[in-house]
Amino acid sequence: MGKARTIARRSFLVGSAALAGGVAFGTYVVRRPHDNPLADQVADGEATFNPWVLVSSEAITLIVPHADTGQGVASMQAALIAEELDIEFGQFQTSFGQPSAAYYNTAMASEAVPFMPTDKSFAAETMRSVMGAAIKVLGAQVTGGSSSTPDSYDKLRAAGASARETLKLAASQRSGVPVSELNTSNGAVQLPDGSELKYTALAADAAKLEPVTDVPLRDPSTWRMVGQDMKRLDVVAKSTGTMGYGIDFYLDGMLNGTVRMNPRKGAPLNGYDATAAEAMKGVRKVLPITNGVVVLADNTWTAFQAADAIDYDWAPAAYPAEQDAHWNVVASSFVDDRLDSEWRNDGDVDVALDGAKTLEMEYRAPYVAHQPMEPISAVAKVTDDRVDVWATHQMPRFAVDKIAAITGHNAAQIYFHNQYGGGSFGHRLEFENITATVEAANQMRGTPIKITFSREEDFAQDFTRQIGMSRSKGAVKDGKVIAHDLQIATVSSSRSQMGRLGQSLPGPDSQIVAGAWEQPYSIPNFRVRAYAVPELAPTSSWRSVGASSGGFFSDCALDELIHAAGADPLEERLRLMNHDVSRKVLEAVGEMSNWGSALGPNRGRGVAFVLSFGVPVAEVVEVTNTDSGIKIDKVWVAADVGRIVDPINFDNLMKGGVIWGLGHAMNSEITYSDGMAEQSNFYTHEGMRLNQCPEIFVKGLENGSAVKGIGEPPIPPAAPALANAIFAATGQRIREMPFNKHIDFV
Amino acid sequence: MKITVNGRSHDVDAPAEMPLLWVLRDELQITGVKYGCGIAQCGACTVHVDGEAVRSCQLAIGDLEGDVTTIEGLGTPDALHFIQEAWIEHQVAQCGYCQSGQMMQAASLLSENPAPSDEDIDDAMSGNLCRCGTYPRIRAAVKSAAAKLEL
Repeated sequence: MGKARTIARRSFLVGSAALAGGVAFGTYVVRRPHDNPLADQVADGEATFNPWVLVSSEAITLIVPHADTGQGVASMQAALIAEELDIEFGQFQTSFGQPSAAYYNTAMASEAVPFMPTDKSFAAETMRSVMGAAIKVLGAQVTGGSSSTPDSYDKLRAAGASARETLKLAASQRSGVPVSELNTSNGAVQLPDGSELKYTALAADAAKLEPVTDVPLRDPSTWRMVGQDMKRLDVVAKSTGTMGYGIDFYLDGMLNGTVRMNPRKGAPLNGYDATAAEAMKGVRKVLPITNGVVVLADNTWTAFQAADAIDYDWAPAAYPAEQDAHWNVVASSFVDDRLDSEWRNDGDVDVALDGAKTLEMEYRAPYVAHQPMEPISAVAKVTDDRVDVWATHQMPRFAVDKIAAITGHNAAQIYFHNQYGGGSFGHRLEFENITATVEAANQMRGTPIKITFSREEDFAQDFTRQIGMSRSKGAVKDGKVIAHDLQIATVSSSRSQMGRLGQSLPGPDSQIVAGAWEQPYSIPNFRVRAYAVPELAPTSSWRSVGASSGGFFSDCALDELIHAAGADPLEERLRLMNHDVSRKVLEAVGEMSNWGSALGPNRGRGVAFVLSFGVPVAEVVEVTNTDSGIKIDKVWVAADVGRIVDPINFDNLMKGGVIWGLGHAMNSEITYSDGMAEQSNFYTHEGMRLNQCPEIFVKGLENGSAVKGIGEPPIPPAAPALANAIFAATGQRIREMPFNKHIDFV
Repeated sequence: MKITVNGRSHDVDAPAEMPLLWVLRDELQITGVKYGCGIAQCGACTVHVDGEAVRSCQLAIGDLEGDVTTIEGLGTPDALHFIQEAWIEHQVAQCGYCQSGQMMQAASLLSENPAPSDEDIDDAMSGNLCRCGTYPRIRAAVKSAAAKLEL
C-alpha cells in the first residue's frame, strides 16, 4: 500500500510540474474530536499528503475520487472543496484522478458492525473506529453504500481550507501583508489595497510551502454553496449529448468488439467454432478469454453479429439449473447450522409466543438485475511497458489488481482512467467488462480495443441482488404488537462479491438482515436471526443491498401484526418507535400525506418505515384499485440525512430511489432455467416506465447528528409501502416480489 | 452511400443492413446517440429523420430516407434548443445516458402537439426508459417547454 501511495504522489508531482509550477494540496489529518482515540493511533503516519486540490499557473483542478455514475457525486465533492477554497463553479475543472490508497473511504465501515446505527455508545463507536481504521490501512477506495457524502463531508472541506490558507500564506510572503489581513473569493486572494492575486498566479510560490493544516472549518451559517440549490457540473453536457461516457471513449486505430461468456455464470467454455464468424466482412479477430470469447471487428454491430454466428459449447452451471431448486435451497436454510447472526434479541420471544395465538408469515424476494442504461464496456490499450484502461468503476484499485493479474504489469505501470458512468446501481462494482477487455487487449498488444456488452450479454452476466425469504411469527395483545420473531434467509451477496476478490468476509454478513435487525422499534419481544443460504447463482450489491429485501420482510410483517392488533399502521409504528430522529420522519410523512383522512372506495394507503445506511426513511403510498389493476396515485417520502448538501440532487435521488424501489417490486425479477437467466432485455425486466410513475412528494429533514448519503435509503421502504397500500385497498396481502405475479398494475 | 446528419453530408461505407445507430456511433463518431437495448425497448437511440422521432437501432442504413438529426443537431451548449433549456432548468439528468433519447422524443412530441395533456405526455414518453427514475422531472420539463412554446 505504501508503494501505491508513493506512486500516486509522484504522479501528482509530475502532473503539476508539467502544468508549470503547479502545487498539489493534501490535507486530511484524522482530527475528529469525538472519535475514539484508537482511530488516531492507527492514523499515525498514514495521512500526510492526500491530494484533492491541484493548482497550476493555468487552472485549478479538483480531484473527485468517488465514481460518478449519475448520483451527482462529482458535483457534491467539488462543492465541498470549493466552499472552503472560495472558488465558484466554472472556475475549476474536475478529474476522477488515478486510483490511490489516499482516497480510502472510512464511511463504509459503519454498515458492517453489529451495532445499531442509533447506538452511539462507547463500544459501538469504538468498533466503527476500528473498522474505519482497517479500511484506511487497506486504502479501500470505494464508491458505494451511500457513503460518499459522509466520507467526503469533513475531509474535502478540510482539503479546501488547507489549500486556501496555503495560498494566503504565499500571497502574504509575496506582498508583505500579514495573512490575517488577507481575504479570499472567486479563486483569488484579496489584498487590503483592493488588488488581488489569482490562485493560479500564486501556484508556483505555494508549491514551495508546507501546506497549512489544522485549519478550522467554517461554521455552516457562513456557507454560500453547501446546502443551497446547485447547478450540477454535468447538467449542460448531459442535456446536449456532449457528455463522454465510458462507452463513448474513442482512440485512433481502435478496434470495436464485444464479448460472449458462458451464460451459466462463471462456468467455462469447453470449445467453440468461429469459422462462420471469422469469414464475415469486417471481423478482425476472435480471441479466447476466460469462460468465453472476444470478437473484434471494424464496428460494434459487426462484432455483435459475429458473436451470434459462433457455435459455443458451454459447460454446465455450478449452481442449480432451474429456479425452483434455488427456492428450495433458500427454504431449507432456516436451520441451526446455517445461522449467521442473531444480533437482535429483545425480551423473550419464545416465552411471549408460547401458547399465544400467533400470526405466521412467509415473504420472498427474488433475484433482480442492475441493468444501468449504459451497458458495461471498457477501452484498453496494453503495451509492454504500460496499460491504460478507460472504464467506470466503483473500486478502481481492485480493478488495477485485476488488470495486473492479467497482463503481469506492476501497479505503477497501470493507468485506470475512471469515466462518467451511465448508471450503475452496484453493477460497476464487478469486473467482467474490464477483465474481458484487458484479456483481449493483452493478446493484441499495441492495439487499442473497445469492448461493448450487448444488452443481452449484460443481462446474462449480471450478478444480481440476493435471493431470499423470511419467516415471521408474531403476537399481539390489547391492540398492540408484543412479539415478533423474524428469521431471514438469503444468499450472502457480500461473500459472493468478496469471493470474486479472493477475500473472505470476517464474521457474519450484516446485509442478510439489513433493514430488519436494526430497526428502531421497541417491540417488547423482538428477535431477528440471519440464515446464510449457500452460494447459488453469483450475487452482488444491488442498490440498497440487503435492505432491499430485509426492509420488505420486516416492515410488511410488522404491518400485518399491526392490522392483526387492530391498530392504526402509522400510530402503532410511532408508538413503538424509540429513536427521535426517526419518529420525526414518520410524523412528517403522516402530515404530508394527510394520513387518516378519508379515502374514496377502492382506494388504499400504506405506510412503511426503514432505517438503512443510517438514514431513516418513511413513505406513504396511495393506490386505487381500478378495473384494469392497481394504479399508484401518489407517494410521499421523508428522510433525514443530517444535512442536505444539495436540495435539488437530494430531491432527484429521493424520487429516483422511490421509482427504483417501486418499479422492481412491481415488475421485475431474474429467474434461471437451464442455468441461464431467462430475462435478456428490458421487455422482460424493465423496472418502471413513465406511464406507471406516480406523483412523488419529497421532504428532507436535518435533525440527525451525522451527515449521511441518500442514494440508497429511499428504496427499502418503497416495496413495503406499496404492498401495505394494496392490502388497504383490496384486502390482499402480497408477500412476494415482483407483485405483478399476484396482481395487475395499470 | 451518402447520408445527411445535422445538416452535414457524410459518405458512409457500410452494409445496407447496418443500423443507423451504429453508423452514427462507430463510423461517424457522433456519440450523443446511445445504444441501450438494440431492440427498440428503451428509446436511448432516438433520433429524428425529417423531424420524426425514430429508434435508430431499428433503422437499417439502406432504408434511410431523409435527413438525420441527433441531439447534437438539436442544439449545442452555446445555442440550446428550448427542450434542452427546459432539461437544464429542471436538472432532469442523473446519469443522463437516456436523456438524449428523451429530449429527441420530447422535441418530436411538442412539434406535433405543442400543448400535450398529461396523458399525451405519458403516451409519447413511455417508450423511453430511464433507470435512474427521472420521470417526474421529465414530465415537468416537457410541460415547461410546452408553456414556453405558447408564449
